[in-house]
Amino acid sequence: MTNIPAPPDFEAEAHQTAARKNRLLASPAVLIVALFGIVPLLIVLVYSFLAPAPYGGVLWKFSTDAYLNFLFQRDIFSDALEFSPAFLLIYFRSFVFAVVTTVVCLGLGFPTAYFMATRPPAQRNWWVLLITIPFWSNLLVRTLAIMFIIRDEGLINITLMSLHIIDKPITLLYTNFAIVLGLLYSFLPFMVLPLYASLEKLDFRLVEAAYDLYATRRQVLWRIIIPMSMPGIVAGSLLVFIPTLGAYVTPLILGGGTHLMIGDLIAQQFGSGRNWPLGSSQALILMAAVLVALFFYVRATTRGTKNG
Amino acid sequence: MRDEPDTSAIAIRQVSKVFGTGEDRVTALAEVEIDIRANEFFTLLGPSGCGKTTLLRLIAGFDYPTTGEIRLYGEDIARLPPYKRPINTVFQNYALFPHMTVGQNIGFGLEMLGRPKAETAARVDTMLKLVRMEELKNRKTSQISGGQQQRVALARALAPQPKVLLLDEPLSALDYKLRKEMQLELKRLQHETGITFIFVTHDQEEALTMSDRIAVMSKGHVLQIGSAHEIYDKPSERFVANFIGETNFLEGEVLAVDGASASVRLGAGATVSAGVPDGFAPKGRATVVIRPEHAEVVAPSGAEAFAGTVSNVVYFGTDTHYYVTLDGGEEFMVRRQNSRGAQVFDTGARVGVRVDDGAARVLRD
Repeated sequence: MTNIPAPPDFEAEAHQTAARKNRLLASPAVLIVALFGIVPLLIVLVYSFLAPAPYGGVLWKFSTDAYLNFLFQRDIFSDALEFSPAFLLIYFRSFVFAVVTTVVCLGLGFPTAYFMATRPPAQRNWWVLLITIPFWSNLLVRTLAIMFIIRDEGLINITLMSLHIIDKPITLLYTNFAIVLGLLYSFLPFMVLPLYASLEKLDFRLVEAAYDLYATRRQVLWRIIIPMSMPGIVAGSLLVFIPTLGAYVTPLILGGGTHLMIGDLIAQQFGSGRNWPLGSSQALILMAAVLVALFFYVRATTRGTKNG
Repeated sequence: MRDEPDTSAIAIRQVSKVFGTGEDRVTALAEVEIDIRANEFFTLLGPSGCGKTTLLRLIAGFDYPTTGEIRLYGEDIARLPPYKRPINTVFQNYALFPHMTVGQNIGFGLEMLGRPKAETAARVDTMLKLVRMEELKNRKTSQISGGQQQRVALARALAPQPKVLLLDEPLSALDYKLRKEMQLELKRLQHETGITFIFVTHDQEEALTMSDRIAVMSKGHVLQIGSAHEIYDKPSERFVANFIGETNFLEGEVLAVDGASASVRLGAGATVSAGVPDGFAPKGRATVVIRPEHAEVVAPSGAEAFAGTVSNVVYFGTDTHYYVTLDGGEEFMVRRQNSRGAQVFDTGARVGVRVDDGAARVLRD
């Protein structure tokens, strides 16, 4: 056997040059994320280990009180630490709201996206446009509009009363229901659009093949359509779950400040609470919780598609 | 000839399919009538848009006929959903499930039928062996080649032991060599499983080499049904003669019809005896077809059917094509095998054209 030197791999070289160029293209975005994402995060991290100044701001003194305060309260008289689940409850409630919102969004969004994806191609873009209409107006305005519809003298109660279905208004505003309704309304498009993107790419010949192989409609849904639109389900769920968890405006307006969610709680620490370190630690705990939840969610949803 | 309904695996009875309404109405199938026998390799042959795929989709159940019946061993299945028909399909693009392994794909049908896991597993192994893919059982379908995907698609469709297997141009995506290989493979599988195969193709050569019987379709109509020999040697319609192989068309006048043959005086001069299709009604003018390999170019002696001048000679290695301008003005093509000692004619030579006995056929139109 003679030794023939391998020919230079021009293709690989070209590939490397292209990769370098692509990195340059991405650099402005990377710079913005670094400057306005990572730097503030580091500031928050530092603040969470400092002590609060009396009128907002921080005192440059190391302290872990902000984290201790998450679960414990210092007795005013004895200075002893007592377990206090108040914050934990708010976190728990936020998680429940976020999960409920995500699940209901998925339940409502999937049939919607499926309907859109099965329209003739020319019609599909119009449906996408219709889904994005809510984005044309401000979230605050839309949330206030919901308030006007569900309040005691709102559209729903007045209609039901004039039809004599009820004789006194049902309290809808400032309830958990109102908050979830508001979140659902705000974030449904974020579920529908990635689902639609996934379903639109679905090869419907696979659906025919499954029918041909004796799968009923239900089996086709669970064995073919849902597994194949998993990327859309994961993306949509994340896009709904994460912002819902930290939602601020919606729970504030529709919950009337009585049903605090994490977003309101953190805002309070930086505002009337005047405890920046506490607010910082709460923000970081939220982030850590989201990361842990994401890790398990992504692992659970991709296992099915990766290893069969 | 119509078979008794209960002996046909599939009986297509007066099936029409119309798409759209009003001005957009398109008739994809017009009163199609076909009997497909049990354990037969039956081919639907025609150009794209002839309705062959539409007919296949009606048999599979992906679409329902506008009118007519589709009987499976006597039972009308035209309105059943696909999952209630013991019929499986091999799709043109294979349509393998990308989120499942090769083994899971093959077992899918049995799993949906609710068969015990052990039975399904054993059957998957049998099918893998049948298509010679044992070692690829746990591969993803995206990790195997086109020819292998083809075999998996076949195994998947055969695993539930359907009464009829439908194949929608399954070889069209393969390269020439692989296609030849799969043609033999398909014949072998059909023989070993004893399942009725209905094969759709636009490739006439594929149809001739593989099929027990062929239905030639055009514009939603079935023009002729018969064995490869019948379709090739005894075409009854101009479209069939033209679509399958090469042929010479000669205009003439029917003088007399006697049973299965007619005597026709051709414009080119000669009077030939030509076979006639079933139910042929003599009506004066007619077209006669003669295959180019059923004629011979010889030195003119006056006893041949036609006389003419060689206008072109094309050499093909195994055979030579002579284009002869007949004295009546018509072009006539003769294909002759290049055996040693065969007389060679040059362009411009005066020649006679001898036609084999029984080679001429009268077309129905």
